[in-house]
Amino acid sequence: MANANLAVEFKKVNKWFDDFHVLKDIDLKISTGEKIVICGPSGSGKSTLVRCVNNLERHNSGTIVVHGKEVNNKLSRVSEISSEVGMVFQQFNLFPHLTVKENLILGPMKARGLSKKEAEERAMKLLERVKIPEQVNKYPHQLSGGQQQRVAIARSLCMEPKIMLFDEPTSALDPEMIAEVLDVIIDLAQEGITMIVVTHEMGFAKKAADRMIFMDEGRIVETGTPDNFFNNPETERCKLFLEQILQH
Amino acid sequence: MKKKAFIIVALFLVVGGCSSPPGTWGWYVIDPSTQNGWNNIRFLLSGFSATIKLSVLAALLSILIGLVVALPGMSLSRWVRLPSRIYVEFIRAIPLLPMLFWVFYGLPVILKSLGLNIPIDPFWGAAITLAISDSAFTAEIYRGGIQSIEKGQTEAARTVGLNYLQTMLYVILPQALRRILPPLANQFIYIVKMSAFASVIGMQELTRRANEVVVSEYRPLEVYSLLILEYLVLVLIISSGVRWLERKMGSDQRR
Repeated sequence: MANANLAVEFKKVNKWFDDFHVLKDIDLKISTGEKIVICGPSGSGKSTLVRCVNNLERHNSGTIVVHGKEVNNKLSRVSEISSEVGMVFQQFNLFPHLTVKENLILGPMKARGLSKKEAEERAMKLLERVKIPEQVNKYPHQLSGGQQQRVAIARSLCMEPKIMLFDEPTSALDPEMIAEVLDVIIDLAQEGITMIVVTHEMGFAKKAADRMIFMDEGRIVETGTPDNFFNNPETERCKLFLEQILQH
Repeated sequence: MKKKAFIIVALFLVVGGCSSPPGTWGWYVIDPSTQNGWNNIRFLLSGFSATIKLSVLAALLSILIGLVVALPGMSLSRWVRLPSRIYVEFIRAIPLLPMLFWVFYGLPVILKSLGLNIPIDPFWGAAITLAISDSAFTAEIYRGGIQSIEKGQTEAARTVGLNYLQTMLYVILPQALRRILPPLANQFIYIVKMSAFASVIGMQELTRRANEVVVSEYRPLEVYSLLILEYLVLVLIISSGVRWLERKMGSDQRR
């Protein structure tokens, strides 16, 4: 509305889980095409922040605007927002009773009204892009964790979202599978899509992020370019955090 | 298991028949080699079709009503949840027999006062009562099955644009069904046994027929022994079906 270039805007957003104040006065603007990496200690509210963008969590006060549409607490908005926003979960959340192909075409067919043929064509293209076209007829449990997560990425891309959210996409993976998933995400970052990634993979952040956001205790404590963020962190809290996660 | 049960029942009858004083047992009443005994047996066995029809109809209704009750029972909104909870708690508290009397003798009075002239025959009276009484339990079975599917599934479905109904239909129910079917089938056994109550409002099923033979022949021991055997056979057939279903669902288990 005010700024056509704006993908996501948080204005004074607060959220509580019962007595626990998860998000405190969050103000954040993300432009179209920007790649954001959010990090911070567990319980700092980073997942909740991301989940507020597509209304999986409802905020208690303030406003969130996604591509000109306000995310409010009416249920009907969920699918409206989700048509713009794709999401990749830590636990993949593939549909276990459906094959890879069926996982991919379900949304496009039922929510977008694509024909089966169109949806399948789109699915095959995306499976090639995440480099597992040969797994198309398998069930999720027959795939490795890395493969499952790549299917999950392809599944959200099938909806042609403008924004992609990644909530710790590699945290549930065995170490040797992290690279194959990060490669796919970096590949995706080369394109115009807006990305918000919650991760502790700092190598990935240096390569792909336009901007780093550090959260602690429900606040955005520090933000900056990866260069500044890693080399000259401003706050003590952030310095400590970086020392801890970079020392290994 | 099944064989054992048969052997125990058979032993009980044989031993009982031999060791009791003369006059205790009078198997002639259902002796197929005599005309009268054969007629009695045919009369008793012909109750099967009514018992089965009644049970199947009640089970199908209960499965439908249960789902309709269970879905709002899982809403995030307390006010949507409330009617479902009240239904389950209320229906679960009513014993079957009083409910059967209420539906069969009481409900027509209400319908009449509303100007509706809908007669309730014993079959439909019993079917409705059994279905409603059982639906409180099926609703809880659905709720348990659906809630056992991880929250991530619903969230993933939302993020690919599915609405509530589509999420249920394509993502949650197909997965929950595997966990719901065996207990639902068990519930069917309960319905078959409870259908015996339909005899008191005059429905011609297994128990009613047994009562009628007892009244004319004065041989309750033999007739009711056969009646128990009839239910035993019916339930064993169903429960072997349930086992088969469980095996099939178990071997089909993905993830």
